[in-house]
Amino acid sequence: MAVIINMGKGANMIDFLIYALLAGLGVALVAGPLGCFVVWRRMAYFGDTLAHSALLGVSLGVLLNVDLGIAVTAVCLLMALGLVALDHQGVLALDTLLGILSHSSLAAGLVVISLLSDVRVDLMSLLFGDLLSVTKADLWVIYSGAGIAILLLATLWKSLISITVEPELAAVEGVKVARVRTALMVITALVIAIAMKIVGVLLITALLIIPAATARRISATPESMAMVASLVAMLAVVSGLGASWYIDTPAGPSIVISATLAFCLSLGLKQKG
Amino acid sequence: MNSPLIALESISKSFAEKNILQNVSMTVNRGEITTIIGPNGAGKSSLVRVILGLITPDQGNIKRSKDLVIGYMPQKIHIDPTLPISTCRFLQLANTSHDACHKALDLVGIPEVKNTPFHKLSGGEMQRALLARAILRQPNLLVLDEPVQGVDFNGQNALYGLIGEIRSSLNCGIVMVSHDLHLVMSATDHVICLNHHICCQGKPEQVTQDPAYLDIFGETALYNHHHNHQHSLQGKVSDDGGNHQHGEGCQHD
Repeated sequence: MAVIINMGKGANMIDFLIYALLAGLGVALVAGPLGCFVVWRRMAYFGDTLAHSALLGVSLGVLLNVDLGIAVTAVCLLMALGLVALDHQGVLALDTLLGILSHSSLAAGLVVISLLSDVRVDLMSLLFGDLLSVTKADLWVIYSGAGIAILLLATLWKSLISITVEPELAAVEGVKVARVRTALMVITALVIAIAMKIVGVLLITALLIIPAATARRISATPESMAMVASLVAMLAVVSGLGASWYIDTPAGPSIVISATLAFCLSLGLKQKG
Repeated sequence: MNSPLIALESISKSFAEKNILQNVSMTVNRGEITTIIGPNGAGKSSLVRVILGLITPDQGNIKRSKDLVIGYMPQKIHIDPTLPISTCRFLQLANTSHDACHKALDLVGIPEVKNTPFHKLSGGEMQRALLARAILRQPNLLVLDEPVQGVDFNGQNALYGLIGEIRSSLNCGIVMVSHDLHLVMSATDHVICLNHHICCQGKPEQVTQDPAYLDIFGETALYNHHHNHQHSLQGKVSDDGGNHQHGEGCQHD
């Protein structure tokens, strides 16, 4: 009897682990190419701002009793589009604007959560991810989100590269620069919403930029850099999750540390291109 | 065939309440090189952006020929070194054909850099690569913003020669921005001297003798151009019967 119960429990644990692994790999797949754009276009701070606003999304979702995934995606999208509009106005330098929005949305998220006395929200899992609590439903959300993001990136790839290289040349050559740029913001918001579960709002940007920076060392074309970045991110997910399993470290931070180790190793390689 | 490629009619544009372009009219025809000269901050780049359709003027009309294809060579370009892109791949953003890209690099005289990362090109190579990208879409209008910037003197002459050859082979109209008329004198058909409004325009030899041109370019102009006339103490030239046209709204005589 006892043996059967143990076996059951063991199978359950394996399920957890497989869900966690699949979730992490799905996010890593799209984090590669998107992270490259974050690096090329110097959008790291922009990513941080959206990620921090995701916390505000969670707290508003709880407050208004809306599905958290929808709330987070909506707030990230609004923040992304709001940033595009404010940047156009040119009132403040973009990094100042990002600094204001980034930290005030993080603070607002924390304040609203603290006011929700009747709901217990696990702040640590929001900030640093909770990969091991991924459910089958989460997997569906993650893979549809990642699927849409990858599809959009693939469709717009040439235009995205073109506006990254030189937006005015791209515009003269017929690329709809504003539209493509907005699409990239939307994709970023979408990926941040699905990546939150994996590494939490404070570490999302790390999952985007560290694999891309690692891939740069050994890539001579934008495409190879995007693919290598995906591989590095997936490797980081596997080894981070392994560390979490064997030495009981938190999964999200372990994934980031694995990616950082890969980056340090890549520094020993000769720069390509 | 003889209709202008692009015609600007009374274009005005201001940024932050500052009039950058005032009442500017110009036309560009096929096979003709027009050079826009003027001091820093005269609105040359803004005028170029209006022609390119990158900024919309506050007032005025723009008529574009139906078959207009523009090739644009920006003043300079910065590509973040984190973006790995070879020169050939950079060109393929304008025209995906490998062959066309190699031919364009041959034409501008730098076939050897096709696999070189773009951010590692020298100043002169980069200008040539930008020119190659501009001609890759078989344009009938080439817009070149300070095409010889950062190129040494011999390189400048070679580049202007190249631009002249491209004009003949593509039979395209060319609009070029330059600081210095003397370098482009031989390579240009029409000169527009811009200082927010069009101060004077005409053939290069007319413009260099125009008081408005001399007012703007002052000493440099006096010392650099070939003297075939007398200057008064104010730097004015006695009228030699040149038939230059003043732009509308020109205050000087």
